[in-house]
Amino acid sequence: MNEVTPKISLKGLRKSFGDKVVLNSVDLDVMPGESMVIIGGSGSGKSVTLKCILGLLTPNGGSIKIDGKEMIGIAHSERKEILTKFGMLFQGAALFDSLPVWENVAFGLLAQRLHNRADAKEIAIEKLRRVGLGPDVGSLSPAELSGGMQKRVGLARAIAANPEIIFFDEPTTGLDPIMSDVINELIVECVKEVGATALTITHDMSSVRKIADKVSMIYHGNMIWTGPKDKIDQSGNDYIDQFINGKAEGPIKMEILKG
Amino acid sequence: MNFLALIGRVVISFLRAAGKIGLFAVNGVSHIFTPPYYPRELLRQMINIGYYSLPVVGLTTLFTGAALAVNIYEGSSRFNAESTLPTIVVIGIVRELGPTLSGLIVAGRVSASMAAELGTMRVTEQIDALVTLSTDPFKYLIAPRILATVIMMPLMLVIVADTIGVLGGYLLATTKLGFNSGNYIKSTVDFLEAIDVMASLTKAGVFGFFISLMGCYHGFNTRGGAQGVGISTTNAVVSACIMILLSNYVVTEMFFSS
Ligand SMILES: Nc1ncnc2c1ncn2[C@@H]1O[C@H](COP(=O)(O)OP(=O)(O)OP(=O)(O)O)[C@@H](O)[C@H]1O
Ligand SMILES: [Mg+2]
Repeated sequence: MNEVTPKISLKGLRKSFGDKVVLNSVDLDVMPGESMVIIGGSGSGKSVTLKCILGLLTPNGGSIKIDGKEMIGIAHSERKEILTKFGMLFQGAALFDSLPVWENVAFGLLAQRLHNRADAKEIAIEKLRRVGLGPDVGSLSPAELSGGMQKRVGLARAIAANPEIIFFDEPTTGLDPIMSDVINELIVECVKEVGATALTITHDMSSVRKIADKVSMIYHGNMIWTGPKDKIDQSGNDYIDQFINGKAEGPIKMEILKG
Repeated sequence: MNFLALIGRVVISFLRAAGKIGLFAVNGVSHIFTPPYYPRELLRQMINIGYYSLPVVGLTTLFTGAALAVNIYEGSSRFNAESTLPTIVVIGIVRELGPTLSGLIVAGRVSASMAAELGTMRVTEQIDALVTLSTDPFKYLIAPRILATVIMMPLMLVIVADTIGVLGGYLLATTKLGFNSGNYIKSTVDFLEAIDVMASLTKAGVFGFFISLMGCYHGFNTRGGAQGVGISTTNAVVSACIMILLSNYVVTEMFFSS
């Protein structure tokens, strides 16, 4: 038994909204310190997968294990404990608009009572700097920021408490190419330096190539292909080929037309 | 047949909603008493609910007190009982109009803003974000709002509403109806009993509870986008007003039915 326990392990995860099946049977293992990227079409259930893992949505079936511990049906207090390991960047940033930017970033630190306000503010300003935002941004309200700036504040908030597991839901959408690259580097840094496990959703292939150790593609509620990043061009899977090359022609288009 | 089925369905959905709100209330109230506490949030809500509602509440009761005085003067003059005016004004305002009017006005102001704020937080995933940042939304959002409203309604709003309402009657009676200022105040104070004030404050606390409960419940359970927020806001205000009028009757019966 010297096999490493996966940090995150999904088996047969199912989720539907009413009659609409979003996740059919999702299997996915993410090893400690690994950077996994999920790709897949819009509306294919990528965000739903992350929310199921975090317990924000209740799956209809299957198993979710964090560090080998089953999360489904777990007691509220225990889940809360485990959630402190996580950081999450939401697709729409989800900043608290009643609080200034720095308090958004420091929120997790203050909630876990790890630091007093002055220290937490200092850390927040430092995290903001790492996502390319100056200290003056700290005192603004989130509504005063552009979409891309909000995304970066969300990112700073996700990594502020040095979580063991970080989820990034489309970290680079809405950013210019240079800033995208800065963010990609930051994600790589979090994984390589801090040793965090990352699960990233993205449509951006250059970002996939930069940050991924492994790539998994979701389609029709299943992970249809999972493999190391360097195998992605020789996957032999028509769906992957079509997706990474961004071609309108291919099996995915056919299905859209049929449906 | 169909008609009965319809009634059944309405009754069941009503009971289901009542059950959900009941559970939500128990959950919200129990989180008031267990740590962690968020004094900063509580203070923010208390200022927003109490302090910023004062002007509207004050204005409304001032004019209502004056109108009440006119009505009672005219009515009581039909059987030469004008001297009862101060007593009736003070009892009418303190027992009934002060708490009920401020309840309804604060419902329009506070239930609506709670539902809109929490509803927006729900649809923009801010409530989900709270959970991922080790914060219980019930403790951080719901408990401070309920506690702040239950404290501020009696202590700040209704005491002020009662006082200003009585003042409205007094001003009208002394300036336009020829009442003597000293006599007016004396009969107001002589006939006001402790139980009247108790009832007023109890009502205020109960109304405050329903105002925040309805605002929080509808906001927290918002679905959909901007349209969902609009629906929640409407539902919050309407249900808060209904609960205020209903509980007003119940509390009045409890205090004053012999
Ligand atoms: N709360 C919800 N209620 C009902 N349906 C939902 C809900 N959340 C998501 N869905 C549905 O689940 C499907 C997957 O949504 P999800 O947000 O996971 O897509 P996604 O893969 O993240 O897409 P995108 O790349 O556009 O963000 C969508 O078809 C959506 O309509
Ligand atoms: Mg998504």
